[in-house]
Amino acid sequence: MWKTVLRRVLIMIPQLIILSILVFFLAKMMPGDPFTGQINPNTDPKQLEALKRAAGLYDPAPVQYARWVGNIFKGDLGTSYIQHVPVTSLIADRALNTFWLSLLTTIISYSISIPLGVIAGKHQDEWQDQAVQIFNYVTFAIPAFVFYILGIWLFCFLLGWFPISGSVSPNASGFWGTLGSQLYHIIFPAILSAVITTTGIVQYLRTGIVDNKVEDYVRTAHSKGVPENVVFNKHILRNSLLPIASSFGTVITGLLSGSMIIETVFSYPGMGKLFLDSIQQRDYTTLTALILIFGFLTLLGNLLSDIIMSIVDPRIRIK
Amino acid sequence: MAKEIIEVKNLKVHYPIRSGFWNRITDYVRAVDDISITINEGETYGLIGESGSGKSTTGKAIVGVEPVTSGSIMYKGVDITKSKSRHRLNYNKDVQMIFQDSLSSLNPRKRIEDIIAEPIRNFENLTTDQERDRVQELLDIVGMPSDSIYKYPHEFSGGQRQRIGVARAVATNPRLVVADEPTSALDLSVQAQVLNFMKHIQQQYNIAYLFISHDLGVVKHMSENLAIMHRGRLVEIGSREDIYQHPMHIYTKRLLSAIPQVDVEHRDEHKKHRQEVEQEFQNDQSKWYDKDGRVFPLKHVSDNHLVALPEKEIIEEETNDKEGA
Amino acid sequence: MEKQSDLLLDIQHLHTAYRLNGKFYDAADDINLTLKRNEILSIVGESGCGKSTIASSIIGLYDHKNTKVTGDILYNELNLVGLNESLFDKIRGNKIGMIFQDPLASLNPLMRVGDQVAETLYYHTDMDEKERHARVIELFNQVGMPKPEETYAMYPFELSGGLRQRVVIAMAVACKPEIIIADEPTTALDVTIQAQILDLLEDIQKQSQSGIILITHDLGVVAETADEVAVMYGGQIVEKADVKTIFEHPLHPYTRSLLNSMPQSEDEEEDLHVIQGTVPSLQNMPRKGDRFAARIPWIPASAHEENPVMHEVEPGHWVRCTCWKTFHFQDEVSGE
Repeated sequence: MWKTVLRRVLIMIPQLIILSILVFFLAKMMPGDPFTGQINPNTDPKQLEALKRAAGLYDPAPVQYARWVGNIFKGDLGTSYIQHVPVTSLIADRALNTFWLSLLTTIISYSISIPLGVIAGKHQDEWQDQAVQIFNYVTFAIPAFVFYILGIWLFCFLLGWFPISGSVSPNASGFWGTLGSQLYHIIFPAILSAVITTTGIVQYLRTGIVDNKVEDYVRTAHSKGVPENVVFNKHILRNSLLPIASSFGTVITGLLSGSMIIETVFSYPGMGKLFLDSIQQRDYTTLTALILIFGFLTLLGNLLSDIIMSIVDPRIRIK
Repeated sequence: MAKEIIEVKNLKVHYPIRSGFWNRITDYVRAVDDISITINEGETYGLIGESGSGKSTTGKAIVGVEPVTSGSIMYKGVDITKSKSRHRLNYNKDVQMIFQDSLSSLNPRKRIEDIIAEPIRNFENLTTDQERDRVQELLDIVGMPSDSIYKYPHEFSGGQRQRIGVARAVATNPRLVVADEPTSALDLSVQAQVLNFMKHIQQQYNIAYLFISHDLGVVKHMSENLAIMHRGRLVEIGSREDIYQHPMHIYTKRLLSAIPQVDVEHRDEHKKHRQEVEQEFQNDQSKWYDKDGRVFPLKHVSDNHLVALPEKEIIEEETNDKEGA
Repeated sequence: MEKQSDLLLDIQHLHTAYRLNGKFYDAADDINLTLKRNEILSIVGESGCGKSTIASSIIGLYDHKNTKVTGDILYNELNLVGLNESLFDKIRGNKIGMIFQDPLASLNPLMRVGDQVAETLYYHTDMDEKERHARVIELFNQVGMPKPEETYAMYPFELSGGLRQRVVIAMAVACKPEIIIADEPTTALDVTIQAQILDLLEDIQKQSQSGIILITHDLGVVAETADEVAVMYGGQIVEKADVKTIFEHPLHPYTRSLLNSMPQSEDEEEDLHVIQGTVPSLQNMPRKGDRFAARIPWIPASAHEENPVMHEVEPGHWVRCTCWKTFHFQDEVSGE
């Protein structure tokens, strides 16, 4: 088991190298350099040339790449062209915000979708199932931003229950006050984005239950005299949760990379909004750093999925 | 009189087993391990084995859909284990296959006409009318009504689909048809029908069959010569009489004794005999297999009858027995 | 004290109908059968004849929305038809054990096989966990599992087909049921394994003095193991007798045709017997007259009863319809 995990981690190394090379050349192809925005129109072009040379911008690509990678290992992802602060510090604040919002979203999303999936699967083709299906179609079909804006209009404008934007109120003070304010700010975006992300899980679970219900081993369990509700919980539900457990790895990726739309709509300072902002502002250093991080997280998420899968499913448990 | 159509020599199909930290090849699954058989023109050659014995892999290797590790398959004097020579000889036209599962082996979105015509289109240039006539003729041979051509596979029963599979397999006038458990999924009375059609077609067109099956009763009915396969190797080759009347290898005996007999009068004796053979198999296994559990190489006991006898002659009496019979 | 009656199961006028396009069609049509202690009753027939329907009706496992079961299935004066589910759960696995065709599919892929056997004990005995474990090991020994302790903790995919079926059998007999229903228990197995599993079933039956209902399409299996045989065609029993009579003096045209189509004939050059036509689907099954008549068209209509019923032609030998008296194969001269 540990051998396999270690091997999988080792396989990630070449993947990461390829990823970093791609990101590096992507960054090279983008217009601008570290001096963009720092210079005023009066700067002597010759002086600028000298500065660039000193910064190594005319070195051969492999040398630049090696330096770039070396910097990453030192925790230096470059300096933002726009904000003129290290990208790492820019990301650090946002990552934490995103983490809390996504965590809450995930918890709410699972607490809605698992019961819904169970109801739909259990009462296949009955009215309960049809109600869940309608809910599913609506949340699947409605564009996220329309849904969010409708939500804001209804609950923030008309009812005034929740704040419209931000991550914490400026006048919040003290540990508990700040925490309370933070929670107050993220609970509503979390609910909204949770509701709209239930579709996949509900559908997976429903299909899993419907398929497993007619499996031979369920009939065997019945033939042993196992009561109906136990057959459902112990045999059908447990086996149907398998694909959901394995998708959890990618969910964790999502926890850290955030959602561009919800963060933008709520002006919530997270990773997703940062990504969108850096595109709009052509902040290429931040952008490449984010792409690198997202790529790394995706690889990590896949690894986690595989590990989770091998824990929950003995058939693919690796020796 | 009997002209050979295909000669399999020392065929091996091995799959690598990977393990360890670096996932290196540490061993091989010897799915087919050094087997040689000769199939004559127009005959039915039975290949018997239990699940996992390698019989289906052998069939696939002969048709050319399973990469061969080593050995040769000679057809018209040419080794066809290389795809280039298969192409040159039109081998894929001359050798066809019938599968066990007729539903999954027929394209569900195609009509019967197209399913049967497909191999013809690959190898022959016929006009639409000629092609339709040919399909009608083929359906007629397997006893299907002429309006079948407009239907889809799911509109037929299992036995009818299997007959369509037979019609498709013989569409190109093949010399050899590899039939992999063609009737295992069918009911008894339907199986009878399919087997009868297979026999009629064979007589009419002089087709050779490699009949792969686990059912010794069916193989007995169909084939003149047969081979018994176990753990990827052949344990016994011989004529129907050699195998069914004078089996020599313990595995063959065990297999034969395990067939349920429709003889209620003697069922207790039969059961006793079966358990004795099973006991003998369990006790004497080490004698009949080498130290790695592999079947010994085949030895001639008569011109046609080959048995995987142990190195030492421990079964002399049985050989004598046979000669006496 | 429990009364040790010899009659385990008395099935009377059982009709099991499935709903297809809003209508109910009898898949098992007026079934009358009895199962005695120490008896192996075999129900034999081709696919779709209704043999498995009888099994699922006895054990009460069917889609209750789309299935209608009427008639009586009497077990110790208790009628299993329409029995309340929680009462039925006390009988299933406890008094009636069931063995299915595909041992891999019939085991939960994510549960250790030992735990799956122990689950039966959990619901029907008051053993504690340790006792259940010990009993499972004992059962594994009884069904000839080579390494019972190691096997306990294994998952179904780690076992061979034969060993999986032994697990399923251990599960079915864990509570020493009086009735064992085996639905095609050896169809998915190799012939040598089949022989071992059938021997095992016979041994268990002898030890526990239970009655076994063996459902199969394989006439060889029937001839080797059954005591009593019921032959089914089109949802009905067409012939019923002891095993010797069925194979040595079959009377019903269907039984005779089926036996004839076995590839066992001495003369290999001869064609196998083919039954004309095909089995009609459930919806198209004629509900009046002899259901097999259409497949023996050379027998005049007058030979069939208008409404064929079972006749006891000899003590214990029942045959449906009177057409057997004049039946002959097409290539035989009539009247033999």
